[in-house]
Amino acid sequence: MKVAITAQHAAWDAPVDPRFGRARTFVLIDTESRELTEIPNTQALDAAQGAGVQAAALVCRAGAEAIVTGHCGPKAFAALMAGEVKVFTGAEGTVAEAVASLAAGRLKEADAADVAGHWA
Amino acid sequence: MIVAIASGKGGTGKTTVALSLALAADRPVRLLDCDVEEPNCHLFLAGEQTFREDVTLPTPAVDLDACTACGTCGETCQFGGIIVLPTGAHVFPGLCHACGACVRLCPAGALREEPRRIGELTEIQAGTITLITGRLDVGQTLAPPVVRAVRARGDGEELQIVDAPPGTSCPVVAAVRGADVVVLVTEPTPFGLNDLELAVETVRRLGLPFGVIVNRAGAGDARVHEYCAKEGIPILMEIPQDRRIAEAYARGLPVVSACPELRPAFLALLDRLAEMARHAVMVRTCGRRVFYAVDEGVNL
Repeated sequence: MKVAITAQHAAWDAPVDPRFGRARTFVLIDTESRELTEIPNTQALDAAQGAGVQAAALVCRAGAEAIVTGHCGPKAFAALMAGEVKVFTGAEGTVAEAVASLAAGRLKEADAADVAGHWA
Repeated sequence: MIVAIASGKGGTGKTTVALSLALAADRPVRLLDCDVEEPNCHLFLAGEQTFREDVTLPTPAVDLDACTACGTCGETCQFGGIIVLPTGAHVFPGLCHACGACVRLCPAGALREEPRRIGELTEIQAGTITLITGRLDVGQTLAPPVVRAVRARGDGEELQIVDAPPGTSCPVVAAVRGADVVVLVTEPTPFGLNDLELAVETVRRLGLPFGVIVNRAGAGDARVHEYCAKEGIPILMEIPQDRRIAEAYARGLPVVSACPELRPAFLALLDRLAEMARHAVMVRTCGRRVFYAVDEGVNL
């Protein structure tokens, strides 16, 4: 499965960025091959508004089947649902730890946004 | 004549001045409450509602059967209001600015426009005053279209008084654009002066004739007066710091009821504003030579 994780930079030991729309960057990880590629979040990071929607479109088009992040707002959640991307929130620690948590089933699949828009 | 009442700072007395001008006028007037995020003129006037209308924006809707997910609409939208996923285009109405570009550029004809309510207009008749109030719905962000709808409803009346929102951003520009003359209301405080300077920059850029009303005169310092003198901005009126005014306002009574002595001053102000508007038209029509001639008091 291809998973997009919000991160401070593109590395296995990088801290997870708790924000989705305005994440510093995304890493796309293939959980089978352990391959890591960066999806820069430049456009959404600088957007005046609608960052979550832009970021959702970005990871969706990059082929992510799920996202792992700290929190996800309502518009981003709606966009991810429209793109049939699963949402896992509550991730902490490093990218490697987040991938391990996901594999171990410790992250909960979100069925709704867990924060209001513009929360951070 | 369209008189717009604006200010950089909030709470300086725009509504006080707009209502006073409307109540002092010796002819029918349309009072246009363009402070659509918190309209308040209606708190001071009682009358029968004579009109109500939704304010809507044309917003795209997707026919997912026709959508080829080509991406054109998503690349065109500057606001992230429509995104294209492998499953097709998806609209986020709250981000849409209703420019219509996506609908016109869609090569598959998969987009159509549907009206989406963002606010409403109401109209009441209070004596010779027709009050038109614009109200942006809670959760909506696009105030300018509601402001423009209020302004359009003023068409046809000789005297229109616009109560603009505070600040200097898009809703203010939408409220004052096309006015014949602008009144900037300020208070003689450092905050009042700072925001007055911003408001002056805005109306100058719009090329509108304007003057200043100092509200709560005597409450602060002399810097607003010094600034206006330096910039050659006429001070049209000073409303004194008077406890009667605050008490009346708190009870929902217009200032001219509490201080009847101000009524003739506001009526005279309307004449002066009409003179400023005529002067500005002459300057625009005849160029700078006439401008100097009028300034020097030369009889044309």
